[in-house]
Amino acid sequence: MTEPIRVDLLDETVEFSLEDLCRICGVHERLVVDIVEEGVIEPRGAVGAWRFTGVAVTRVQRVLRLQEEFEVNLAGAALALELLEEIERLRRGGR
Amino acid sequence: MEFKDYYEIMGVARDASPDEIKRAYRRLARKYHPDVSKEKDAEARFKEVGEAYEVLRDPEKRAAYDQLGRRPQGEDFQPPPNWNFEFEGEDRGGGHSDFFEQLFGGLGGLRGRAGRGGFRSRGFDTHAQVDVTLEEAFHGATRTLSLQRVELDKDGKPRPRVQQLQVKIPAGVVDGQQIRVPAQGEAGAGGGPGDLFLQLRLLPHRWFRVEGRDVWLDLPITPWEAALGETVRVPTLAGRVDLKIPKGSQTDRQLRLKERGLPGSPPGDQFVVLKVVVPAADSAAREALYKQMAAAMAMNPRAAMEG
Repeated sequence: MTEPIRVDLLDETVEFSLEDLCRICGVHERLVVDIVEEGVIEPRGAVGAWRFTGVAVTRVQRVLRLQEEFEVNLAGAALALELLEEIERLRRGGR
Repeated sequence: MEFKDYYEIMGVARDASPDEIKRAYRRLARKYHPDVSKEKDAEARFKEVGEAYEVLRDPEKRAAYDQLGRRPQGEDFQPPPNWNFEFEGEDRGGGHSDFFEQLFGGLGGLRGRAGRGGFRSRGFDTHAQVDVTLEEAFHGATRTLSLQRVELDKDGKPRPRVQQLQVKIPAGVVDGQQIRVPAQGEAGAGGGPGDLFLQLRLLPHRWFRVEGRDVWLDLPITPWEAALGETVRVPTLAGRVDLKIPKGSQTDRQLRLKERGLPGSPPGDQFVVLKVVVPAADSAAREALYKQMAAAMAMNPRAAMEG
């Protein structure tokens, strides 16, 4: 057993460029633009110099999994994601 | 190796039509998909269902599987000596059972993935869920993960191997957050391995509820602590602290302990919700005390509902 391995915590303090986000999620830029236009993730900065937080990675992966595995379009997957997040929040006793 | 009854897993008859199989898959996916399910073993069930569907949806694989005949689920099984199945077409990713790997070659993560957009040649990303207690989220933790690897041996045959990996979970993680472990996913055909993503799930705590980085605590107090004000000891994630209950507090009053929640930038707060607990009138003396209070402190808390 060796030392613990280096990890990246995907929270709102880390920032990724569009290229980073595409590489990490294994998707094409065009798809990220579609996801931004759908309002699933919100980039910081101007067009061409977009920055995304670590949370965007999780949302992109989740919305694409929903889209693929339930055969819905991006708008449908985005709606499902928002409803799921709402349910998770309520279930935790959130207000 | 255990036999897998894919028909039983999907809950369909052995002569089910492709449409019936697809409907069964849809229904099970909605029930067990880790993104939408609250079932405890959702991840394992979804993998099992996905594997069953991968075989039953594909006429070639289904026919090959049907040739094996019907056996009890979980029965010890070895493929027939002349078994030789070359399959083409899409691959839904790794995480197959030994049974599947034996039957269908299951090169899984060793083949490249066209991926979305078609430019990806590196290996699959692997996703796993990791449960953490609130204490671990607060202090950070180290976890040892056992990962199923598939490697090519010297004859070029895929061999499963279990690899242990120590991962440090940083302090201040929140529910649903992911940790990315670069290059620890499955091997690729070229372009290097994929990443390992660990989705953190915060386990419920006896006392604390968590919202983002804020921590909520219901604090039981006595009527006299509420009425007269008192300093009481309150648990926080970092240990007990003194909290001054303001004079004249009522149930549901919220007090904030600044930056006593989960660490981060900014750190979360702890909110304390006061809950007045009324002592039982379980003796003559106590009953007399309540009656005395009723006479001396007459009040109508429902005044606003009347008239």
